[in-house]
Amino acid sequence: MVAESKKKSDTSTKKNSKHKLAYSKEQYLSWYELMFRIRKFEEAALLAYNQQKIRGFLHVYIGQEAIAAGMESALIPGDAIITGYRQHGTAIGRGCTTKECMAELFGKATGVNKGKGGSMHFFSKEHKYFGGNGIVGAQIPIGTGIAFAEKYKGTNNLCVTMFGDGAARQGALHEAFNMGMTWKLPVLYVCENNQYAMGTSVTRTSNVQDIYKLGLAYDMPSEQVDGMRPESVYEAVKKAAVHIRSGKGPYFLEIKTYRYKGHSVSDPGHYRTREELKSYMEKDPVKMVEKVMLDSGEITQEELDNIQTAIKAEIKEAVKFADESPFPAPEELYTDNYSQPDYPFMKD
Amino acid sequence: MGKVLQLREALREGMAEEMRRDENVFIMGEEVAEYNGAYKVTKGMLDEFGAKRVIDTPIAELGFAGIGVGAAMNGLRPVIEFMTWNFAVLAFDQIVNNAAKTLSQSAGDFKCPIVFRGPSGSAGQLAQQHSQTFESWLGNTPGLKVISCIDPADAKGLIKSAIRDDDPVCMMESEIMYGYKGEVPEDEYLVPIGVAAVRRTGTDVTIVTFNKMIIEAMKAAEELEGMGISAEVIDLRTIRPLDHKTIVESVRETDRLVVVDESWPLYGVSAEIAYEVQRYAFDYLDAPVVRVNSADTSLPYAPTLVAGYLPNPEKIIEAVRSVTYQNT
Ligand SMILES: Cc1ncc(C[n+]2csc(CCOP(=O)(O)OP(=O)(O)O)c2C)c(N)n1
Ligand SMILES: [Mg+2]
Repeated sequence: MVAESKKKSDTSTKKNSKHKLAYSKEQYLSWYELMFRIRKFEEAALLAYNQQKIRGFLHVYIGQEAIAAGMESALIPGDAIITGYRQHGTAIGRGCTTKECMAELFGKATGVNKGKGGSMHFFSKEHKYFGGNGIVGAQIPIGTGIAFAEKYKGTNNLCVTMFGDGAARQGALHEAFNMGMTWKLPVLYVCENNQYAMGTSVTRTSNVQDIYKLGLAYDMPSEQVDGMRPESVYEAVKKAAVHIRSGKGPYFLEIKTYRYKGHSVSDPGHYRTREELKSYMEKDPVKMVEKVMLDSGEITQEELDNIQTAIKAEIKEAVKFADESPFPAPEELYTDNYSQPDYPFMKD
Repeated sequence: MGKVLQLREALREGMAEEMRRDENVFIMGEEVAEYNGAYKVTKGMLDEFGAKRVIDTPIAELGFAGIGVGAAMNGLRPVIEFMTWNFAVLAFDQIVNNAAKTLSQSAGDFKCPIVFRGPSGSAGQLAQQHSQTFESWLGNTPGLKVISCIDPADAKGLIKSAIRDDDPVCMMESEIMYGYKGEVPEDEYLVPIGVAAVRRTGTDVTIVTFNKMIIEAMKAAEELEGMGISAEVIDLRTIRPLDHKTIVESVRETDRLVVVDESWPLYGVSAEIAYEVQRYAFDYLDAPVVRVNSADTSLPYAPTLVAGYLPNPEKIIEAVRSVTYQNT
């Protein structure tokens, strides 16, 4: 329970008292860099949506950045990730560049999926990132299958299978949990519980509101984690990964978080109170980690300013790149539908 | 005299009238109650009918579709809203294996009077998983009735008929047409399932279509008029049962047929109509039937690819020119 005791000391931080960083300076700076990158990427995407450069659905990750950061730092290079459609942060965490991700949102040929997937569907084999899935809950068994393949091939890798609180109510979760446990598959189930599925509060979707408890019915080790701090996510994922890699099968983390924006750009979010939103804004993961770093005295404001300046320039560049890139050629409609390149598509 | 309503309002009126008429009718689905519907079709219904009859579900399509089937078998008349038909794929087990087969496998003992409804088809740049049409999938299944219509007045009359129908009915609407306006009669009326509507009369070619492709077909017909070609436009309204009489009679007059169908071409509604016409109007045909479908591919996100994928007036006009041998 290392994370728990750290949490207490962090929240009681006083102005003058210095709190040593719980992890290395480099670790904090890399968490911060990723979180700030995701935040600025998403803000730029919202702006571009308003300018109608991005169309369709746009679900942003603002408020949930600490999960991507904490998680990535606890994984090894061969590990896989699969998630739903609220996935820009996860993809960037995997190492997809902000340039190729922004170009994807713009529907450009230079996008991470050649402009074919858009906001909901980033995929990257290079980064073992299995998407980017639009059908709520479908990734739960798929992620279990990715883990199945790792076990089959005899690797030491695991698959992080991420889904929302809404997705946790799909029946597929139970089928996947059951088989994953029975066959001791190397899968880390992560529920990003941001408390809402569109306009539906998690409290209205089940008698069981502590989602981690769903794992207990399958004797799966299951825990609730503070998702507003990269430290707690890191600790929880690291511990779960040790368990999974020892061959004991799945682990389930319900990571409590909050989405600051509407479900997608068209959602005004009238179903939650201003007070509620405000109370979570006070726990802004980006601001909180900034404070932890500065309070320690080990990291200076100047160091943070440098990161911020570099990332703002990077995002500006990404938007410019996306804007100036070409749309895919019309013939691209007929590519990538089958592996067989000459598949006789019906063209009239 | 009528009033002008949006498609979403017309559907809502139809459902609300049936709920006032029959207390066994209820509606269930994701975000239908407190959020007033993902596309606001059910706006205000929770206020009028209460939480017993306007029910928010978790995201659990297979489960709530099955609960609907059970409720229907046991005397209620559920209306199950899917946020879109893409998500109803999870519920196809209940729709196809259970709702459609209840009457047959119980040898007439149990009916399954249920309506499954929601938007079908593309809605802009929503990419592969959120842009599919399901008329052909469901139309292939005995035991189901399938409606696909965006005209507000007709949709209202059809949803009312669907709710009163003793068999399972799938109602296909359209995300981007929910704000589409049309005149709706003041007085109560029903529109029968299984009857097409002739939206425009013409003498040179018949264009058969349904759902939002009616808009593209009507635009094409107008342009064709300017080119001296008189097109008759038929809105199927119902996919199953198919009103082959209206289609065949029209083709016997015009001698030419173009089918416009947003579904993929293979094994689709358009294929069925072409079959009907070659079978029952063979001697009248002056040209092979031509169909205009979406491309035989998944729909990607980029705007250039969406434009290439969908049927449009240009493609329809080209098809008409080919059946009237005006191609250069
Ligand atoms: C099977 C299915 N049903 C419904 C939808 C429509 N839908 C998209 S996102 C969403 C809410 C999901 O909420 P949650 O799992 O909590 O994820 P979050 O958006 O909070 O990240 C719904 C109902 C869908 N995409 N797929
Ligand atoms: Mg959620």
